[in-house]
Amino acid sequence: MIDFPILTLLVLVPAIGSLVVALISNRQPDLVKVVALLTSVLTGGMALWTLFAFKKADSGFQFVSQHSWIKEWGISWHLGVDGISIFLVVLTGILFPLVIAGVDPHHDHKRYLSWMLLLEAGVMGSFISLDLFLFFVFFEIVLVPMYFLIGGWGYDDRVYAATKFFLFTMVGSAFMLVGIIATAIIAKADNGAVTFDLIKIAENGSFAAGTGRWLFFAFAIAFAVKVPLFPLHTWLPDAHTQAPTGGSVILAGVLLKLGTYGLLRFGVYLFPEAAVWARPVFLTLATIGILWGAIAATMQTDLKRLVAYSSVAHLGFIVLGTFALTSQAITGGVMQNINHGISTGALFLLVGMIYERRHTREIAKLKGLQKVAPVFAAAFMIVMLSSIGVPGLNGFVGEFLVLIGSFATARWWVVVAAVGVILAALYLLWAYQRVFHGEPDDDNKSFRELRWKEGMLLLPFIAIIVFAGVYPKPMLDRIEPSVDKLLEHVSQHSSWQVPVVEKGEG
Amino acid sequence: MGVLAAETLKGPSIAWFDLSPLLVLLGGAMVLLVVAALTPQWPKRCYSSFSAVVALATIGLCFPLWHRIDVDGPSTLVGGAVHFDKMTIWVTLTIGLAVFLASLLSDDYLRREGLEGPEVYALFMLAAIGGIVMAASNDLVVLFLGLEILSITLYVLAASHRKRLRSQEAGLKYFVLGGFSSAIFLYGIALIYGGTGSTNFDAMLRALATTVPTKGSDDAILLAGVALLVVGLAFKVAAVPFHFWTPDVYEGSPTPVTAFMASAAKAAAFAAMLRVLLQGLPNFSRDYRPVLWLLAILTVFGGSIMAVVQTNVKRMLAFSSISHAGFMLVGVEAAAHAAGGPSNDGRSSVLLYTLIYTVLVMGTFGIVTAVSRTGDNATDLAAFRGLGRSRPMLAFGMTILLLAQAGVPLTSGFVAKFGVIRAAVEAKSYSVAVVAMVAAVIAAFLYLRIMISMWIAEPEAGDDQREEVRLPAYLTVAITLSVAFTLFVGFFPGWLINLAP
Repeated sequence: MIDFPILTLLVLVPAIGSLVVALISNRQPDLVKVVALLTSVLTGGMALWTLFAFKKADSGFQFVSQHSWIKEWGISWHLGVDGISIFLVVLTGILFPLVIAGVDPHHDHKRYLSWMLLLEAGVMGSFISLDLFLFFVFFEIVLVPMYFLIGGWGYDDRVYAATKFFLFTMVGSAFMLVGIIATAIIAKADNGAVTFDLIKIAENGSFAAGTGRWLFFAFAIAFAVKVPLFPLHTWLPDAHTQAPTGGSVILAGVLLKLGTYGLLRFGVYLFPEAAVWARPVFLTLATIGILWGAIAATMQTDLKRLVAYSSVAHLGFIVLGTFALTSQAITGGVMQNINHGISTGALFLLVGMIYERRHTREIAKLKGLQKVAPVFAAAFMIVMLSSIGVPGLNGFVGEFLVLIGSFATARWWVVVAAVGVILAALYLLWAYQRVFHGEPDDDNKSFRELRWKEGMLLLPFIAIIVFAGVYPKPMLDRIEPSVDKLLEHVSQHSSWQVPVVEKGEG
Repeated sequence: MGVLAAETLKGPSIAWFDLSPLLVLLGGAMVLLVVAALTPQWPKRCYSSFSAVVALATIGLCFPLWHRIDVDGPSTLVGGAVHFDKMTIWVTLTIGLAVFLASLLSDDYLRREGLEGPEVYALFMLAAIGGIVMAASNDLVVLFLGLEILSITLYVLAASHRKRLRSQEAGLKYFVLGGFSSAIFLYGIALIYGGTGSTNFDAMLRALATTVPTKGSDDAILLAGVALLVVGLAFKVAAVPFHFWTPDVYEGSPTPVTAFMASAAKAAAFAAMLRVLLQGLPNFSRDYRPVLWLLAILTVFGGSIMAVVQTNVKRMLAFSSISHAGFMLVGVEAAAHAAGGPSNDGRSSVLLYTLIYTVLVMGTFGIVTAVSRTGDNATDLAAFRGLGRSRPMLAFGMTILLLAQAGVPLTSGFVAKFGVIRAAVEAKSYSVAVVAMVAAVIAAFLYLRIMISMWIAEPEAGDDQREEVRLPAYLTVAITLSVAFTLFVGFFPGWLINLAP
């Protein structure tokens, strides 16, 4: 079973599924849905299988599969997962079937599902590529289905939002592409031949400080747009708000993680010296993002926009953890990737349900929902508390690790960022209070209670929220070895001294 | 015919087989012009099929010739007037493909517009000859002959829609500006001749080796000559700021002709540019490289930015072709770093780009041909509205082609861009690489607008009354082939990269 190309299948199965769905006749909407669902469930199953077969003490890349693709340019089909990417793969594998099963588009199921599956293939590919060129291919491909999902099935301002999303990300990619090519060509001297292989370049490459910093900048700008980091975040509220519910869940759940994951894998790992050098900038931008996102969220009148801005804040924590460059902080950041995907994904689903019932997302028009729909309110409450980062739920673990881990190396930034935790409680609780508390007025009296199907959709989210909050050890055990290995790599290739911190259990 | 010519021509010995692609095209054009003039109207599809078969024969001949060069190495023909090397064959192949696809595009178009006849096809073949001669030339005068054959046929082709005033205007405009640029080019040739005593590249190199031993020179006559040649060529490739004819001519010309201009003429002009700059004037690379650098940046940006404000798809694609020319100039700039050397990544990347773009632009304009409906006037964005609903497969093909033009991975367009950017990075022209990529994002906006119109825009009143978009057989074949090629090369580019000389 060792040679079983599980990772290749993780990409190919949804890609083929997408093609099959596109080819099914328009007159069979049920068949389309069944095929799409089966494909995504199969992919999710394979992702889970990967997780169970994952050797937790192994800090290197596992399930590696490498085949030559474009020999002439030194490009190969090189896939692999380690502790940093495995849970992102699993998250992708879980979110897609849930979204496909739970959220129906309002028209044209076939094309919607076809784009969805193509998106899944692209996202999976991005998380497991170990070749710079291959990564770029997947990273770019993701734009196309997402563009059409927002543009085709979104709300009123969808064309504007979709175009903005596409162009913003593409500007970043423009820099990254030049960076990727330059990296490969400059590393030729160390590798003997031009190769785009991530591991070879990272292990053998020796970039002069100035060169490395420029290259790092080219990569970082693409990821900074994707995360999104503070001054580049303006596409996010538009895209999230205008996207259809399913699109928002995927966008917040997995797409943004391409940025944070990329910063870690293609920023810190490839250019340790430059990453250490650029630390203050990223820490500062991340901290500004945390506060800015929180304050902006507080002032939103649209519930979905509020959740969107909260993403800016949460992703700021992940970047903070990444550039604190300690074992706990990065581990916390990786955890937070997953937690944010789950909590914010679930929040978007809930907001989508509210919109379906009331055809508005204006906080001012919603009132007293708890009275008429107590179960719905309870579900919202749990998800919201997880997003705030209340102990016992998943959000706490990641945020806490980031803060405690960053304290040693980025003390003052952490002090400021910690205010963001309080602000998160402020905007979410305040929103909850306005929407759910009080006496329902006439418009809200008929608000429907959570349906059975909706409950089944939310159940997995809530299960993960509680499980990861109470017992995060299985996750941490798998993430930590890879993070430690990465830090060792950083300290070998730069002047960075990783602070020694006593490791607690659990 | 070949035998007849050999008896009357007194001159250098000629390797007829090595020139066979040209002869086949010439023969095809003569048959169409002479035989078709003496016979009554041929049955439906006969002209276009004949033209397509001639183009395929040209393409077919490229393979044995290619093999021959593999075995015997490159050489020159007709007394050192033209090169017989892989680049010549590559461009022949490119232009052959353009003639083939343009013939398929024109078939139903001409019948639809009531213009059915052999002339357009004959002109395609003659233009192809001009283009191939340009690309093969080893002598400035031969190059100029090719240039004029290509240009004059294109003037006629541009004006070939007799019932459309716009088409006449395009022809005239192209003629005036094209004649102007030819004159500039010719003056450049004269000055170079004055400075070196020859128009043959080899003789020029020998002369320059004594007068300009190091790279660069202060000789005013030669420098002025180089400058005029660059301007003349920049006109032909439609580089900013010598692009003013492009949007009007592209918009006014019959759509299949526009496709031919954007593909074959561009490929020929770039091949000529590479020949002149890299093989004729490598000693001046330090002088013209900054010019190319500036032209490349102006062209990628100018093309993209001006495209954004257009509402007519044909005009948009005209500006987008300017932006693509900018990308090719990036490759030429990279190639200029290694001017005179035997192997050259920049040159391969430009040639690869022209071939890929030829197929891409043929497919794109093929779809525009279908959508433009009778009269060839429905080319504004609104004409594409709702195409995703009424003709999903066509809209899907257009989407693939547009994404390829935008340079999205897994399409041939990305391979082309990647090659050029790679060459630029390898030549350490980082700034031009970054600028080109950012400009590509601006251009992407324009492709998105067309996609929005096809897939997302709400239908408006009166949309039902529009003439239905027809997809005749030959056009469908051309579009299908283009899309298939675009995707195939996107997924498996290795073999093509390997071939590019």
